Amino acid sequence: MKPHAPDSAAEPIIEVDLLVRHFGTQKVLDGVSFKVYAGDTFIIMGGSGCGKSTLLRHLIGTEKPTSGSIKVFGQEITTMRAEALQKLRGRYGMLFQSGALLQSLTVAENVALPLVEHTQLDAGLIDTVVKMKLEQVGLTGHGHKKPSEISGGMKKRAALARALALDPPLVFSDEPTAGLDPIMTAVVDELTQRLTQKIGATVVVVTHDMNSVFRIGTRIIMLGTGPNQGKVIAAGTPEEIKAHPNPAVQQFINGDPEGDGTDDSGELLYRETLLGINDTGKYSRSAIHPSKP
Amino acid sequence: MIEAFRQYFALCGSLLYWLFAAPFRGKPWRIGHTFAQIVRIGVHAVPMAALTALTIGVVLAMQSAAQLAKLGATVYVPGLVSSSLIRELAPLVTAVIVIGRSGSSVTAELGTMKVSEEIEALEVMAIPPMSYLIVPRFLAMVIMMPLLTVFSIYVGLTGGWLIGHYSLNMSTAYFVSHALQYVELSDVGIGLLKSGVFGVLIVTIACSIGLNVSGGAEGVGLATTRSVVVSLLSVFIANAVLTALFFF
Repeated sequence: MKPHAPDSAAEPIIEVDLLVRHFGTQKVLDGVSFKVYAGDTFIIMGGSGCGKSTLLRHLIGTEKPTSGSIKVFGQEITTMRAEALQKLRGRYGMLFQSGALLQSLTVAENVALPLVEHTQLDAGLIDTVVKMKLEQVGLTGHGHKKPSEISGGMKKRAALARALALDPPLVFSDEPTAGLDPIMTAVVDELTQRLTQKIGATVVVVTHDMNSVFRIGTRIIMLGTGPNQGKVIAAGTPEEIKAHPNPAVQQFINGDPEGDGTDDSGELLYRETLLGINDTGKYSRSAIHPSKP
Repeated sequence: MIEAFRQYFALCGSLLYWLFAAPFRGKPWRIGHTFAQIVRIGVHAVPMAALTALTIGVVLAMQSAAQLAKLGATVYVPGLVSSSLIRELAPLVTAVIVIGRSGSSVTAELGTMKVSEEIEALEVMAIPPMSYLIVPRFLAMVIMMPLLTVFSIYVGLTGGWLIGHYSLNMSTAYFVSHALQYVELSDVGIGLLKSGVFGVLIVTIACSIGLNVSGGAEGVGLATTRSVVVSLLSVFIANAVLTALFFF
């Protein structure tokens, strides 16, 4: 899919405004704002611990922000009552990092679950739809197996079939390719893109896999780590991100171990408390004898 | 500690809604799931409950016979066995078995589902975990605890009869009539009420701790231990309170 600039007149599917989330004293998300438009494959990327999975949990409404606003399909979800949120979630599909298939059910029963719960279809028709969905993700003949009996890549594909069972207009995906080999990563990416395009769904993907980012993304935001923890440090189309002047973004894209994007706060703390060397590189007596002036 | 109480009462509040209000708003109880849990929580616990109750009945009869024989009062053995089983031991011992077997497994299962994101997946699929997971387990426990207790009473009395019949040379009719002589119907009712209260405590504690697991596999292990310990303590305390209320 060619990256496209959003039509500013169009109503965004998701609108996040100045989202802040604290865990105790730690600020995990810091003033995050963005819009997702219909048909986008919107990527949220960033290093480990940057808050991207936390952000996703706020978008699906399983976490409440400290402050800020999240509108999905034009409805504010941060103050929404549980029942209204349940109703809204009927329009989501979600692909979890681990697949999150129910271990007590077979693969086919997992895919059938949203259909059984949210439609009035009879058992025969549900069976046909499940077979179709499994065939689409290449899992024909594996429906009778338990999730523990299939490989990681197959679990992800089964989870994708379940997420798309109701042909939802909005699909969330949390690290869909984590732990997969490059070929299976490409397969899952291609499937996600093809199947969501087929049903005209808008997709929000959280990932740190750069191949996936540029393969499927139409719009991208990157969250920072370290001093920029939880802030949007870059936003744009894949081309704009590739050419982004921020060194932390370039470091992330190129996978350099050293640079602005490296979170070295742990190392600084270690130097200060154990070795008594402060930021300026000078020996600090107070670090070793904190009670003495 | 305060957080654990908050989580527990939040679960109980939500459970009340899903038990009594939700069915009138088009979200009925899941009967199929409840039967599946009845089998897992209750039926599979039958052999263990039977063996335990049998040994308790045998031991009660032997201990009381040994003491009462000194007074020449072994005639009271059947009554002692029946009243202690019905009022105290059958509900308590059944609760201990169910805590060890079923309460722990509920916590471990829900905890594993929590850490593997299955609970969150249910929420996102707009399938409320309370309705899908908790209500069936609650109903199964509240139905099966009194039934298991009745079963334990019968098996325990059989244990007492074994000693009475084969060691104290009592006829079956003599044992049964004397066993029934010392218990009122209200004793049976209170015994079953106790077992119902224990069932509510066990399943709500197991579910609350299971749903709030954090910290991966280690967290699941710790939560399961905590669930068993807290359930045991709660059941023993509740037993003392109920005995004081009804029998003292």
